[in-house]
Amino acid sequence: MTSTAMRPRGTRARAAIAARTLRTDRWWLAPLLTVVGLTAWVAYATVRVFMHKWYWVESYHYLTPFYSPCVTDRCVEGASHFGRFLPGWWIVPDAALTLPFLLLFRLTCYYYRKAYYRSFWLSPPACAVPDGHTTYSGETRFPLLGQNLHRYFFYAAAIISLINTWDAILAFHSPKGFGFGLGNIILLGNVVMLWAYTISCHSCRHIIGGRLKHFSTSPVRYRAWTFVSKLNVRHMQLAWITLGTLALTDFYVMAVAAEWIDDLRFIN
Amino acid sequence: MGDNGSPAGKPGAKRRFRIWRGDENGGDLRDYTVEVNEGEVVLDVIHRLQATDAPDLACRWNCKAGKCGSCSMEINGKPRLSCMTRMSTFTEDETVTVTPLRTFPVIRDLVTDVSFNYEKARETPAFAPPEGVAPGDYRMQQVDVERSQEFRKCIECFLCQNVCHVIRDHEENKPAFSGPRYFIRAAELDMHPLDARTDRREYAQAEQGLGFCNITKCCTEVCPEHIKITDNAIIPMKERVVDRRYDPLVWLGSKIFRRGQEPQSTAGSAGKESVVHSGVRQVGVHSHGGGSGDPSAEVQAQKGVNWHREVPHPTAPAVDASGKLPLTELTFDRAAAPSPFGDDVTFPLPPEHLNFAHPSQDEKH
Repeated sequence: MTSTAMRPRGTRARAAIAARTLRTDRWWLAPLLTVVGLTAWVAYATVRVFMHKWYWVESYHYLTPFYSPCVTDRCVEGASHFGRFLPGWWIVPDAALTLPFLLLFRLTCYYYRKAYYRSFWLSPPACAVPDGHTTYSGETRFPLLGQNLHRYFFYAAAIISLINTWDAILAFHSPKGFGFGLGNIILLGNVVMLWAYTISCHSCRHIIGGRLKHFSTSPVRYRAWTFVSKLNVRHMQLAWITLGTLALTDFYVMAVAAEWIDDLRFIN
Repeated sequence: MGDNGSPAGKPGAKRRFRIWRGDENGGDLRDYTVEVNEGEVVLDVIHRLQATDAPDLACRWNCKAGKCGSCSMEINGKPRLSCMTRMSTFTEDETVTVTPLRTFPVIRDLVTDVSFNYEKARETPAFAPPEGVAPGDYRMQQVDVERSQEFRKCIECFLCQNVCHVIRDHEENKPAFSGPRYFIRAAELDMHPLDARTDRREYAQAEQGLGFCNITKCCTEVCPEHIKITDNAIIPMKERVVDRRYDPLVWLGSKIFRRGQEPQSTAGSAGKESVVHSGVRQVGVHSHGGGSGDPSAEVQAQKGVNWHREVPHPTAPAVDASGKLPLTELTFDRAAAPSPFGDDVTFPLPPEHLNFAHPSQDEKH
């Protein structure tokens, strides 16, 4: 008998391919754009949050989402729905109750995780491109284990979206009573997009119906899950659109408040 | 389309290829110039190379229709099915580089040893039949099964397993990480309306290494069946784990209202204890399956599936005197191809070695 049945050996060698990646397309472009986009947005938001001015247009009751609700003792009265109970040190953001939760909601978002793991952490920078680390434990231990708290920040973000909606409704105002201008369209558009982003969240999709084993026994939740699933496909686009609408809304309110431009009024 | 506007792959056009040739002892990229005709795919070109310049080029293939999952390789650095990669997607002056899958040990040329995936498949607990429903009486509504059905489209090409950086870039994670293909298997069964196990999410977290996934979505990008692996399987499984393990409200609710403590199937109850308290597994030891020779584990196995039993190691097929598979059975000492399971494995396997526990098996004993 010339043959033997052999046991598989231990670890066998992979193909010895010298090049770290053989991809010929521009795989580095997407992570690069992500780094540029997120860095620019965070820089703008940081400057605005610690500026402590130009967040409120008294005549039209426009309030930027970066200062909603305003809770420090330096806030103007119209901007503070929930009182002014925090000290007005410059390091305390005026929306200190909401901004940390919004930041954590986006930081633990399943889309943003993909975006920053790929672009900032290079783990991996692109598919079939080696990651930049010698060891890897993923989200199995602290601090990345904390990503599992995403659904709590989703609950917080849903409440904050309600507050932003209230702000957008209060903004239908002019010195003569009811009023309506370009700023209202921008505020409303921002709120609609914020709701779309918040509802399209993967945690929301799970809570609303994804956790069920039998859809047939919960037809209403099944329909809600189907709706959220359709939005969920666009979660990445909504994540970027809302960054854009937030910055645009804030910039518009700042420009009107600082009197760089006049609000385009349609009614009053 | 090429730069000069002529259709790529026009009859008789010569195109440049670089193909990795070698085995576990080393190898390199070799240049070939080969004829490409209109409408051809990369696998056609590899077959033409086998017929002309490189008759000993090894490559695995079967259906040429993107449904068998055999011809996985890396084309210009991207994991793809070669039978589904059209030559018209490359420009005429482009050199096409073809290499074997990087994540698995190479056997020869473009053929890799993907047995890692079969080991992980054996470790994944099978469908657990519901109690009190005889086979043949299973009835399910379409809305209940359609989520699981998406994952049944999997053709097991293992492109997702290959591209996943958790094991592609970190070989040491292989024992602890099952990979995207087995996360969709876990999700398929956890979402299955008739599956009786209630501990699949704990299993996915503690034994399959779900936490290693950082949802960078490469598995979804390479899937030739377009299964939304990350959005529809991995993230829902992560959320289901959060339900059980990281959600203090759910924990409190289950303590106060005793929710979520439904009686478990025979198969589930034996496994649950072991999975939640399991420590680090030994490298290379299969977690369950039977035949371990450990009497206490076997007794426990009679009551259900013990995920920590050691599986007898599979044997590789018989080889000839040079230690390699015979190229043809004419030069071999037996008729037909050698068994991929090894000559010392006979079928059917003894039932006590199978990873399956019927809910009513206790009644028979």
